[in-house]
Amino acid sequence: MPELATEVPSSPPAPSSARLSHLALLEAESIHILREVAAEFEKPVMLYSIGKDSSVMLRLAQKAFYPGPIPFPLLHIDTGYKFREMIEFRDAMARSVGAELLVWRNEAALAAGTNPIALDTKRCCGLLKTQALLDGLNHYGFTAAFGGARRDEEKSRAKERIYSFRDKAGQWDPKNQRPELWNLYNARIHPGESIRVFPLSNWTEMDVWQYIYEEDIPVVDLYFARPRPMYLRGDALLPTEQDFVAFPGEEPVLVKSRLRSLGCSPCTGAIRSEADTIPKIIEEILGFRSSERANRVIDHDQDGSMELKKREGYF
Amino acid sequence: MSDRSELITIHSAGNDTATAPNGAPRHDPQTWDPSVVEDSPLLGHTPAPEHVYPDAAPSTFSVEAYLAEERGKDLLRFSTAGSVDDGKSTLIGRLLYDTQSVYDDQVRSIEGKGTTAPGVLDLALLTDGLRAEREQGITIDVAYRYFATPHRKFIIADTPGHEQYTRNMATGASTADVAIVLVDARKGVLRQSRRHAYITALLGVRNVIVAVNKMDLVDWSEEVFREICEQFRLFFTSLDIGEELTARLHFIPVSALAGDNVVSESQAMPWYDGPTLLALLESLPSSSHSDADAPFRFAVQRITRPNLDFRGFAGQISAGTVRPGDKVRALPSGQSSRIARIVTYGGDLVEATAPLSVTLTLEDEIDISRGDLLVAPEQAPHTTTHFEASLVWMDQAPLDVSRRYLLKQTSRTVQAYVRSLLRTVDLENPDSAAVAESAPVARSLAINSIGMVAIETLLPISLDSYAANRHMGSFILIDAQSNATVAAGMVRRIADEPGAGSPAESTTQAPTDLSGAETNDGAVTLEERSQRWGHVGALLTITASGTFATKAVANSIANLVERTLFERGAFIVRSALSEVAAAGALALTVREQAVGDVQAEARIQLHVQRGETALSQTLAPDPQRALAQALALLTQANILAQEELS
Repeated sequence: MPELATEVPSSPPAPSSARLSHLALLEAESIHILREVAAEFEKPVMLYSIGKDSSVMLRLAQKAFYPGPIPFPLLHIDTGYKFREMIEFRDAMARSVGAELLVWRNEAALAAGTNPIALDTKRCCGLLKTQALLDGLNHYGFTAAFGGARRDEEKSRAKERIYSFRDKAGQWDPKNQRPELWNLYNARIHPGESIRVFPLSNWTEMDVWQYIYEEDIPVVDLYFARPRPMYLRGDALLPTEQDFVAFPGEEPVLVKSRLRSLGCSPCTGAIRSEADTIPKIIEEILGFRSSERANRVIDHDQDGSMELKKREGYF
Repeated sequence: MSDRSELITIHSAGNDTATAPNGAPRHDPQTWDPSVVEDSPLLGHTPAPEHVYPDAAPSTFSVEAYLAEERGKDLLRFSTAGSVDDGKSTLIGRLLYDTQSVYDDQVRSIEGKGTTAPGVLDLALLTDGLRAEREQGITIDVAYRYFATPHRKFIIADTPGHEQYTRNMATGASTADVAIVLVDARKGVLRQSRRHAYITALLGVRNVIVAVNKMDLVDWSEEVFREICEQFRLFFTSLDIGEELTARLHFIPVSALAGDNVVSESQAMPWYDGPTLLALLESLPSSSHSDADAPFRFAVQRITRPNLDFRGFAGQISAGTVRPGDKVRALPSGQSSRIARIVTYGGDLVEATAPLSVTLTLEDEIDISRGDLLVAPEQAPHTTTHFEASLVWMDQAPLDVSRRYLLKQTSRTVQAYVRSLLRTVDLENPDSAAVAESAPVARSLAINSIGMVAIETLLPISLDSYAANRHMGSFILIDAQSNATVAAGMVRRIADEPGAGSPAESTTQAPTDLSGAETNDGAVTLEERSQRWGHVGALLTITASGTFATKAVANSIANLVERTLFERGAFIVRSALSEVAAAGALALTVREQAVGDVQAEARIQLHVQRGETALSQTLAPDPQRALAQALALLTQANILAQEELS
C-alpha cells in the first residue's frame, strides 16, 4: 500500500518502481467499478448479504466515495432463515457506515410455511432468495445491483462478466454475454432490464481474508471457532438455529466450530475448527482441500446447478 | 467412477510437515498410487506435485511470515489462446493442479469423466464451466481462473479457440500482460495459432509465450520444436500490427498431459535448458510496472462533493505518477491547475501511481465534469475528432458506415461514425494483411472480423495511441438502439491537430488522407451532411384541422418528433423554408388547416416533401403513437436511415 502523508514533504520521494501489491491492484479495480456504476446508473443498489464478501464490498464502497457518503442504499434479501447474529451484525454495520438499509422478504412464501425441509432446497431457494430478490429489485425499480460474488467460487461464475446483463425477468443468458474489454463497461439498458455488477469478480477467498486482516474489517462472529451447539449428521455439523431441522429426540452437541460461508442456517454446515482469529482462519484455508461452497447444500442438487439458478435470476 | 477413485490416495491430515508450493501446511496431499502408475497408461502422466519448490518449503509455518510475504506479491494477468485440440484447457488444468490450486472436491467432481484414458484425470474439465461447453466439449466463453505461487498471484483469462469466438479471445487478451499461444507439435503453426497470435499482438500484449504442446507425441523431438519456432517467428514478424506494438516472443516445449515443462522441468527433453512455463510467468513484468513511468493520465469518473468546502475528482490513474503540487491540465477544456491533495479513505497520499483509484483536489476552481481528463501538461494527449483505429467487430449486425454509434473511451461517451473501412484483415491468413490492403476493400465488417477504420466523433475526445497507453487508446462502440457492445477499437493513428485542448480549433481539421474524394473544393456536400446527420433533407408539415385542442395536440406531436430526431443527431429546425430542406436539413412546421365547417372532424396529418416526392399520412392523436407513425413514414420515404427506428 502507498505511503501515507503526515505532512507535505519538502522533497518528494523518487518515482517509485510501483510494485503495487495484488491487494492494492484488486482494490483499485473494484473502486473503479463501484464509481462507474454510481456515475452511469440511475438507481443502483448494493446487495448486502452480511458475509465476508459483503463486508469487503461495503468497505470498498466507503473508500470509493470517501469523503462523501455511499450514494446508494444497501438491500438485504432476508430469507427468514439467516442466523440471528447475522441480522444483528447487519443492523449495526448499516448504522456505523451510515448507509440506508432496505430489507426484503418473500412474506407470502414464508407465511405459507416455506422452508428447506418442507420443500426441497432448490424450490426453497427459488422462493426465498431468487423470487424475493427479483421482487425486491422490481419493487424499488433498481437498474443496477452490486453483488459480492467472486469468480473463484464456482465454475459458472468464472465465466460471468463484471457487468452481468439481465433481461426484464432478471435472467442471465450465458451464451449471449456482452463483450467486456479493458475496463470499459457498457451500462446501457432498456427500461425494465438491469445489470448485476460484481466488483469482487477477480478476488479469491484468500484475497478477501487477507484484505479483512490488513484493513481490520469487522465480520460476523460466526466465522470464528467457538464452542457451538450442533447436530451431528455424519461428518457434517448442522447449526441448531431452527427447531425444525432436528430429528425427533435429537440432542445437540457442543462442538468447537465455525462457518466458512454464511447462508441460511438450515442449509449451511459448520466445520470443526480451532481458528478463532483471522490469521488462524487464513492458516486453516491454506490447508483446506475443499472449496468454500462445498458446505452449501444448494449448489450440489444437480450438475451445473449454480448456472441454472443464475439463468433464473439468482446472483 | 469407482475404478478411478482408487487411483488417488487421499491421506488424512496427520503430522505431515510437508508444505504446499504456496508455503502453506499441506494437510491432505494428493498422490498417485505408484504401483498403479507403473503398470498402467498413467505411466509418465502425473507426478506427485509436492516437490515443486523443495527449497522454498519452510520447516515450520508461520502465518505472520506468510502474510508479510503476501504483501510483497504482485499480480500478473495472462490469457491463454488455443484451439480445443491444442490442449489449452488441459494446460490450465495442469497449472492449477500442479500448483495445488484445486480443491479435493473439485478433483473428485471430475474423476471418471472426460475423454482421457481410463484412470487419467481429464484436467481440462477443471476449467470448462458452462453446461453448453460440457455438452459440446468445447470452450465458448472467457473463463477466469486464479492461482498463486510464493512469488506472484495470477489471473488467467482462458479464452476459446474457435473462430466464431474471436471476440471472446479479444476480451481475454485486452487485460492480459502475457499471452500463451498453444501450438500442437504434431500440426505446426496452424491458422488458429496464427489468428490467436495476431489478436494478442493487436491487443497489445507485450509478452507472447508460444507453448509447443504435445511434445510427448513427437518423441520429444528438438528438431520438431526448432522448426515450429522458426515457422512462428517468420509468420509473426510479417504481421501487420503497426511497428509500435512489439511483443516479445518466448518458446517452450511442453506436454500439458504429462506435465513436462509446465510446472516441473522435463526429464524427457534434456536439450531444452530454458525456464518452465511457470518459471517464465513468474519472471515476466506485469504492465502495472511500466504504466507508472508514463505521462500522467487520469479520467474523472465522478465529482465528490459532500459539502461546500470539498470538491474532489474521483477516478483511477490510467498512467503515470502524481504528487501534490504537480501541474495538471484539464481536457477538453484546456484549463490548468495544480494538484492540491490526493485523498483516500486511509489518509492523504504524498504520491500515487497507476493504476490506483484516488480522489484528487485542485488548487483552482475549474470546470470539470465526468468524462474529462486530468493530464501532464507537457505531455498531453491528442484532442481530436478524427483518428484511425483497428476495430474488432463483435455484433451479429455488421458495421454500418452510415450509422451513428456511441463511443466509450475512458469515462467519456460520445457519438461517433465509422467514416470508412480502410482495410480488413484476413484472419485466415493474418500475415497477408499487406496484400489485402491493395486488394478491393470489403464494404463492411462482419462479426468476429477485424479491420482498420477511420473514425469521426461528433465531439472532440482526448486520445493516446493504443501502443502508448492501453487505457487512453482503447474504446468500445455501442449500438444506441440495441445497447449491444458492437466493437472494440484500438487507436492506431491520430490526426494531429494544432491547438489540441481547445475544442473550437480541434474540430476544424480532418486528416487529408481520410476525407475522400467529395471534399475536393472544400465545400460540404449534401452526401456528407446526410452521412453526418443520418437523413436527407425534407420539408415536414403537420396540419391540424378542427378544434383549438387539435392544434395543441399537433404542437405536442411536433415537439416530440423534433426532440426525438434532434437527440438522434438529426439537423431539424422549425421552419417552413424549402431552401433549408434543400440544404439537407429537416424543416418542420405546424399549420392550422382552415376548414369552413367548424363541426368538421378533428384531424392531424403529416405531409412530407422530399424533392419532387410528397407523402401524407393521418396521425393518431396520441403523441407517442404519432411519433412512431411519423418515424415510419420518414423511413419509408428513405429520408431516415432504416436503422434509426428503434
